[in-house]
Amino acid sequence: MISKNIQLDEQGRLKHFLSIEGFKRQHLVNILDAAEPFANVHEQAVKKVPILRGKTIVNLFFEASTRTRTTFELASKRLSADVLNININTSATSKGESLLDMLHNLEAMHCDMFIVRHNQSGAAHLIAQHVSPHISVINAGDGCHSHPSQAMLDMFTIRRHKKEFADLTVVIVGDILHSRVARSQIHALNTLGVTEVRVVGPKTLIPTQIKTLGVHVYHDMQTALVGADVIIMLRLQKERMQGALLPSEDEYYHQYGLTEQKLSYAKPDAIVMHPGPINRGVEIASSIADGPQSVILEQVTNGIAIRMAVMSQTLGRSSGGNS
Amino acid sequence: MSDITQLTSPLLSNRPAISIINGHVIDPANQVDKKVNIHLQHGKIVALGDAPENFVAQRVIDASEQIICPGLIDLRFHLRESGYETKGSIASETKAAAAGGVTALCCPPDTDPIIDNPAMVKLIRLKAETEGAAKIYTLSALTQQLKGEKLSEMRKLKDAGCVGTSNALHPVKSTLVMRRALEYAASHDITVFIQAFDPWLSDGCAHEGAVSTRLGLAGIPISAETIAIARDLQLIELTGAKAHFCQLSSAKAVQLIHQAQEDGLPVTADVTAHHLHLTEMDIGYFDSNCHVIPPLRTQRDQDALRRGLKSGVISNIVSDHQPHGSDAKLAPFAETEAGISGVETLLPLALKMIDDQVMPLSDVIARLTSQPAETLGLKEGTLSIGSDADICIFDPEAYWVVDREKFLSQGQNTPFHSWELKGKVNYTFKSGEMVFSSQ
Repeated sequence: MISKNIQLDEQGRLKHFLSIEGFKRQHLVNILDAAEPFANVHEQAVKKVPILRGKTIVNLFFEASTRTRTTFELASKRLSADVLNININTSATSKGESLLDMLHNLEAMHCDMFIVRHNQSGAAHLIAQHVSPHISVINAGDGCHSHPSQAMLDMFTIRRHKKEFADLTVVIVGDILHSRVARSQIHALNTLGVTEVRVVGPKTLIPTQIKTLGVHVYHDMQTALVGADVIIMLRLQKERMQGALLPSEDEYYHQYGLTEQKLSYAKPDAIVMHPGPINRGVEIASSIADGPQSVILEQVTNGIAIRMAVMSQTLGRSSGGNS
Repeated sequence: MSDITQLTSPLLSNRPAISIINGHVIDPANQVDKKVNIHLQHGKIVALGDAPENFVAQRVIDASEQIICPGLIDLRFHLRESGYETKGSIASETKAAAAGGVTALCCPPDTDPIIDNPAMVKLIRLKAETEGAAKIYTLSALTQQLKGEKLSEMRKLKDAGCVGTSNALHPVKSTLVMRRALEYAASHDITVFIQAFDPWLSDGCAHEGAVSTRLGLAGIPISAETIAIARDLQLIELTGAKAHFCQLSSAKAVQLIHQAQEDGLPVTADVTAHHLHLTEMDIGYFDSNCHVIPPLRTQRDQDALRRGLKSGVISNIVSDHQPHGSDAKLAPFAETEAGISGVETLLPLALKMIDDQVMPLSDVIARLTSQPAETLGLKEGTLSIGSDADICIFDPEAYWVVDREKFLSQGQNTPFHSWELKGKVNYTFKSGEMVFSSQ
C-alpha cells in the first residue's frame, strides 16, 4: 500500500503538487498567501521575477489543453524559468512503459520540474513515484482524479471576493462524476473549512459515494442554490450524451443550466465560477457568463499567480514564498 | 492420456523410499490430526505410523514442530504458458507453486491458444509431466474461443483430461447460450466454473465506492457480481448443472450462494487469499498491485467472505495466481493489468485465518486440500494409504517477510511485499519426488 504522502519532503515542505488531498489547511493558506504578491506582477513594467532563473520546466501534456498549459507556461516564464512544451498524443503512447521511458529520457536532459496532464487517474502520482529525487512534479489534471492548481486558483478567486471561507455555502453544479476539478475543489473547500459544499446534478453524473468526500447531494437545482455564496458550474462534455448518461443538451440546460431565473435563488452577492472552457447555452446562459456576478475571466488571470506560487514553493524551496 | 501415463509410470518406481518422522499430520479427508510418522515409496503413501515390513527408508526427514498435510490444490492458477511465456512458463510457475506447498493446480482455459480442443489439453499435460514441479489440471473452454456463442466440445475435452469447464473472464452474455451450455455440461456430469460478473457493469478497475470516488477511478459496483450470480443460479436451477462460483468478492454474493446451497442447488464457491486480507482502502494512492478482478471491496465484504469461509459456504481458498512482467504494473492504475502473483503467499495468508477468525487449522487445510479436490473431482488432497505422495510440510509458527525479489515466480506483482507472515513451507513432495525444499 502506498500511503506515505509523497507530496511533502522530509522537512514537510512542498515537493510535488499532485492532489489537494493530503494537505493541511496551513499548506493551502500558504499557497494562497504566496500567490498574493504574484497577482500584481503583471501590473509592473517588468513582469518577471528571478525566482526560478536557470531552472528548466517541462510542460508534459498527454491531453489537449489551452488554458492550463498557457497559464503554466506564462507562470514559468514570469518566474524566469526555461520552458519546454511537449504535447503527446495519448493514443500513440497509451502504455505506461513508454510513459516512464519518455520520462527518463527527459530526466537525462536535466529538467527540474514536470507539469503533467494525462487522461488517466493516477498518472501524476505514478510519475512522481518514478522520477529522480531532484525533480518536482505538478499535476495539471489526471483523468477524473485531481486538478489541484485549478482548485487553488478557484480558492484564491473566492478569497478575493469573500474573505472568510468559514461562512460560505458553495454549490458545484453538473458532471461531478467525470470532473477532476470538482474532486479537488471539494477537498480544498472542506480543508479550508467552508460551512457547506453542495453538489447538484442528475444521479448519472454523481458518484454513488460522493458523500464520503463531505458534500451534500442535490438533484434539484433550485433547492441546491438557495443561500449559495459561490456557484461553480462545471463543463459538460458533449460525449456524455452517449452511454445513456443524459437524454439531451436541451433537457440538461433546462434542469441544470444556470439561467437568470435560477441564479435568483442564490444570495444576491453570489459569485459565479467556471473552470472553462464554457459551453454557452449548455451549462450556463451567456448573460450570466458575461454578467456582473461572473468571475470567470478573473479565474484565468488568478491561475497565473497561483501557478507561480505553487512552482516557486516546490522548486524555489529555499527562496520561495514559504511564509 | 495413455501416452502421459506411459511416460510417468517408470519414473514413479524410481522414487525413493522416504520416512517423515516426528511431524504432526493433518489429513482432513481422513480426519487425521495427530503426531504420526508417514512413509512413502514408489511415489505413493505406503503407511502411517509404523513402517511396513521390509521398508528401508533411503531418506528420513525429521518434521519436528512441523505440520504434514496433503499438497495444496490451487483451484485457480493462471498458467501463462502457452501464449504468454514472457510472464511465466510452466517450469517457472510450477516451481513457484511447489515453493508455496501447492502440488496440484487448475488453470482456466484462457491461454493462447485457448483450451478448447483436446490437443491443447494433451500439450499442457505433457509439458506439466516433463517440466512441471506440480500437477496441472485444466478447465476446458465452455464455449468455442470463449466467445459465448457456440458450445465447445466439452465432452471430448473431459475425456482428454479437463476437470471442468469455464468461460474464464469472458462472461456468456446470452442467457440462451448459458442455458444450453449448462444443460450440455449437466448431461455429461461436467462442473461449470463461473466467474460471475455482468459485462456491462464491469467496465471499471476498482470497487465502486469511497476509494474509486476519491481517486476518480471507474468503478465496478457490487451489483455487477450479484446480477450475474442471480442469473446463473436461476439457470442452474433450471438445468440441474453443477456449478462452482469463482472468487466471490462481496457480502451479497456470499449471501446468494448460501441461499442457493440452502435451497439444495449443487453449487460451491471459492475466495482468493487476497480478498480475505485486502480491501479497497489498500489501493491507497493508486497502488497497481491492488488492481485485481473482481475488485477489492469494503471491510464489510471482507468480513462476510471470512465468515462464509468459516461456515463452509465458501469451500476453497485459491491464489488466482497471475504473474506479470514489471511493465504490466507500471502505468496509470486503470491501464495496468489486473492480478497478483499469489501462489507463494497462499498458505501463510490462509493460515492467518486461524489467528484472525478462530478457524481451526484443520479447517484451513481442508479449504486448501480435500475440498478443492472434491470440487474438481480429484482423488488427490488426502494422505490415504495408496494415494499419490503429494505432501506439504510446513512450520506453522515460523515468521518470514515476503520479499518479491525472492519469488520463484516470474511475476513479482504482489501487494504483500514486506508483510510479515506466519507459516513457512519447508518441503513439498509431488508423487514422492521432492519438488521443493527450503534448505
